[in-house]
Amino acid sequence: MAIKTYDAGVKEYRDMYWTPEYVPLDTDLLACFKCTGQPGVPREEVAAAVAAESSTGTWSTVWSELLTDLEYYKGRAYRIEDVPGDKESFYAFVAYPIDLFEEGSIVNVLTSLVGNVFGFKALRHLRLEDIRFPIAYIKTCNGPPAGIQLERDRLNKYGRPMLGATIKPKLGLSAKNYGRAVYECLRGGLDMTKDDENVNSQPFMRWRDRFEFVGEAIQKAQAETGERKGHYLNVTAPDPEQMYERAEFAKEVGSPIIMHDFITGGFTANTGLAKWCRKNGMLLHIHRAMHAVIDRHPKHGIHFRVLAKCLRLSGGDHLHTGTVVGKLEGDRQSTLGYVDQLRESFVPEDRSRGVFFDQDWGSMPGVMAVASGGIHVWHMPALLTIFGDDSMLQFGGGTQGHPWGNAAGAAANRVALEACVKARNQGRELEKEARDILTEAARHSPELAIAMETWKEIKFEFDTVDKLDAA
Amino acid sequence: MKNGSTMGDYQTAQTLETFGFLPKLTQDEIYDQIAYLIANGWTPAIEHEHPSQAYNHYWTMWKLPFFGEQDLEAVAAELEACHRTYPDHHVRLIGYDNYTQSQGVCFVAIEGRA
Repeated sequence: MAIKTYDAGVKEYRDMYWTPEYVPLDTDLLACFKCTGQPGVPREEVAAAVAAESSTGTWSTVWSELLTDLEYYKGRAYRIEDVPGDKESFYAFVAYPIDLFEEGSIVNVLTSLVGNVFGFKALRHLRLEDIRFPIAYIKTCNGPPAGIQLERDRLNKYGRPMLGATIKPKLGLSAKNYGRAVYECLRGGLDMTKDDENVNSQPFMRWRDRFEFVGEAIQKAQAETGERKGHYLNVTAPDPEQMYERAEFAKEVGSPIIMHDFITGGFTANTGLAKWCRKNGMLLHIHRAMHAVIDRHPKHGIHFRVLAKCLRLSGGDHLHTGTVVGKLEGDRQSTLGYVDQLRESFVPEDRSRGVFFDQDWGSMPGVMAVASGGIHVWHMPALLTIFGDDSMLQFGGGTQGHPWGNAAGAAANRVALEACVKARNQGRELEKEARDILTEAARHSPELAIAMETWKEIKFEFDTVDKLDAA
Repeated sequence: MKNGSTMGDYQTAQTLETFGFLPKLTQDEIYDQIAYLIANGWTPAIEHEHPSQAYNHYWTMWKLPFFGEQDLEAVAAELEACHRTYPDHHVRLIGYDNYTQSQGVCFVAIEGRA
């Protein structure tokens, strides 16, 4: 080993942290950042600064560096790439040795990778686009409490997406009236219903009262339909002690599933709750309030695919992913990219979907993709095509806005879903034949016929989606 | 809401999960589902149970899963044979997916008498 001496002062980051000859190890954690530097700062210096500030470096050399082997512990910027169609930004690829991170701690990974470095002065903007978690690190994480396969087995739901709805109005109902809305949805044919994310324990409906009435709604609907039902009881709480207290009571009233908001609640709470769910045989539905604050700006923040990967490792059985329907084509590709990260055991690099690295998930259970918001029966063929069977399709207004009420709205959605699954399995082209498939199904279901009539004015949007999907 | 007379009353139904909200599948439609299952490389299997026990996770297996079976007629014939032997029972068709360790297809093809 070369002899090192202490040389105080400020050095350029690239002397130590820009290593283009480096070949990443299988055990390295890799990150891709989209960097926008201050004018005049060379790309290599920016990339090296990101690597340094998110790992071992600080702005000035310190003597105690010589007490350790920083060559072993440092992060390395090893590649720079142009961002297509963007002259001011570039991608920097950084490799971090696995020993920089505490085992099983998404909190620790994020505190390093998206910590101080995001406020660094040499940068105008910085966005974490993707992380490749080494399989060695993945094996240290608990992950989803149950996963897709076990959820299907517990609930006896096979060969189709599941159907849900967020109970509306989201705020202001009493506990008993809220439970009524749940019961009506479940008896009509939904598999699950959901607390809205901002339903926690407000003065108009305290959590314990909601849980009791919803518990009765679930049991009655199960007994009457012969099918398995659930309601995501939101246990997101002001502190972990209250969160666990609510989770215990949700189990007591017989719901198979609870719910948490992983970003506002935080990864420490989420990982703990996921472990509690594994131990207690409960499923965990994850909402993503606040994600757009972090992931919406194209040049700054964290892409949602990274948050989705982190959630799979922290633990959750369902995660909201957006609906795609009615949005831009690019959104569709990007959404499919992170839906794969939730559900598959291996996802290859695919820049057309925003996937920067091969990702091996090993035996980590899969997470159901949740499509929720602004969808109704006319969207069913597109949703089934986009999301496939391992998804939870949630129709809030599209269930409870039915002229005959929640039960009829639920039945309409269930008939539409099953007609689409049947047609897909028969080899029919769902999106092309959408109108015929739904119209045929409605002949046996007055509930569906009314639903199609109620939301027909939105069919133009549906036709547009049809064209996009044919491309 | 205008008038109760224009509104329907939704009656809760006992349903049997996937395809429980569709009219009874015809013989041809059942063939289509068997063909889908086989085309996906899944293993056809048949289970049956008395309607009073239908809520249980486990139903009784009819023989063993038909590993390697590629002939739709053979699977359809087994469904029929199971139904003849247990005319009161529900008979469901399963497609075992050994990659996901789940069931890619599972629906009640023949309903028993409750």
